Amino acid sequence: MVRITFTENLVRHVACPEIEVEAGTVGEALEQAFRHVPALRGYVLDDQGEVRKHVIVLIDGQGLADRARLGQPLGGARRIHVLQALSGG
Amino acid sequence: MAERVWIGTKKGLFRAERKGRWTITRSWFLGVPVSAVLPDPRDGAVYVALNHGHFGTKVHRADDGERFAEIAVPTYPKKPEGLEDVDPYRKTPVPWSLVQLWCLEAGGRDQPGWLWAGTIPGGLFCSKDRGASWQLAESLWYGDDRRRWVGGGYDNPGIHSIVVDPRDSRRLSIGVSCGGVWHSRDAGATFALAAKGMRAAYMPEEHAFDEIAQDPHRIVACPAAPDRVWCQHHNGIFHSRDAGRTWSEVTADAPSRFGFAVAVHPRNPDTAWFVPATKDEMRIPVDGKVCVLRTTDGGKTLTALRRGLPQEHAYDLVYRHALDVDADATTLAMGSTTGSVWLSDDGGDGWQHLSAHLPPVHTVRFG
Repeated sequence: MVRITFTENLVRHVACPEIEVEAGTVGEALEQAFRHVPALRGYVLDDQGEVRKHVIVLIDGQGLADRARLGQPLGGARRIHVLQALSGG
Repeated sequence: MAERVWIGTKKGLFRAERKGRWTITRSWFLGVPVSAVLPDPRDGAVYVALNHGHFGTKVHRADDGERFAEIAVPTYPKKPEGLEDVDPYRKTPVPWSLVQLWCLEAGGRDQPGWLWAGTIPGGLFCSKDRGASWQLAESLWYGDDRRRWVGGGYDNPGIHSIVVDPRDSRRLSIGVSCGGVWHSRDAGATFALAAKGMRAAYMPEEHAFDEIAQDPHRIVACPAAPDRVWCQHHNGIFHSRDAGRTWSEVTADAPSRFGFAVAVHPRNPDTAWFVPATKDEMRIPVDGKVCVLRTTDGGKTLTALRRGLPQEHAYDLVYRHALDVDADATTLAMGSTTGSVWLSDDGGDGWQHLSAHLPPVHTVRFG
């Protein structure tokens, strides 16, 4: 099981509590979260299905290798954090 | 008489109402950039486009003008593998992804529920169900000419103006920065470029009149005389008498004819308002003095209106959607990048300050 946590700045706009899912890849894990909260998809991924430019996805504290394809295996990872990059003014 | 105005800013949506005097009465989405607002005159709903810096563009609708709920957002199609789509000058990739919803307009009176959305990087979208779903105007997006558009106001090209002809709702004109003016006779199924007479001072001389090279900053048509169209262009003011297909430049004296915003009188096509800035590389009021330009004779003369507007050390810039005239034809509103909002009750002769402390204003709209 992997636990997905969303930044509170995202929770402000769309209700997305922590969720535990069984998944082989990052993409599968996120898909399960999106099935739970369909509105969440557009906040995390862009029109082409890639992680938004200013969103960061960490797997056990490490950045995603490929933000476009999301096929990265989770292995024994326990935590996914969906965070916002520091940007803007 | 105008009773309320919506103010979309870099940090939220505000509404001001006439309660004896104009007063800000409510806010929504504080901290979130608002890029477009549409109070729909057909059914009273209010639509707002948000541009969350991190989480993308979202659209919300309030059927009662009070309680907003998220609705669908236009989505770009999957980019075909191997397709080269780059800005022709900058050679930077054009994203097939919604960067910003730049303008939102209602369809015709005979098209209940229809909405049009102009976006960056250049897609035009139509909803026929009050924003529950959106369809891309495919011939425009997939057409070869669209790939000749270049970034103007933003790094990627965008559609900032959509004019629906009240005589025939299938007829549309759109303004593109930069890509000229495009016209459809079939509700967006097909488009053709026509912006004859527009002049691009920023191009080499031999390309100054290329229609696709034009950078209209904002295009508005007179609702009572839709063939009469006004354009605040990157390097001047232009006027059309044939629904935006051919244009003549307004050369009347003025402190400056550079700017972004234009509003046209709802019944008298000879009257229009503009808010000048010094020039394209000096986007501040001439001599630090804010004024509004008004023509009442079809562009033969321009009068600078200053009463109630700051006349020293003022650096307010009014963006393209931040000037509006109410259907009553005498109430105007404008908002600036430094967070000032003014209202006029006499066609622009005099102005009252609503606030000097709002976030940078992107759009103002009566309704």
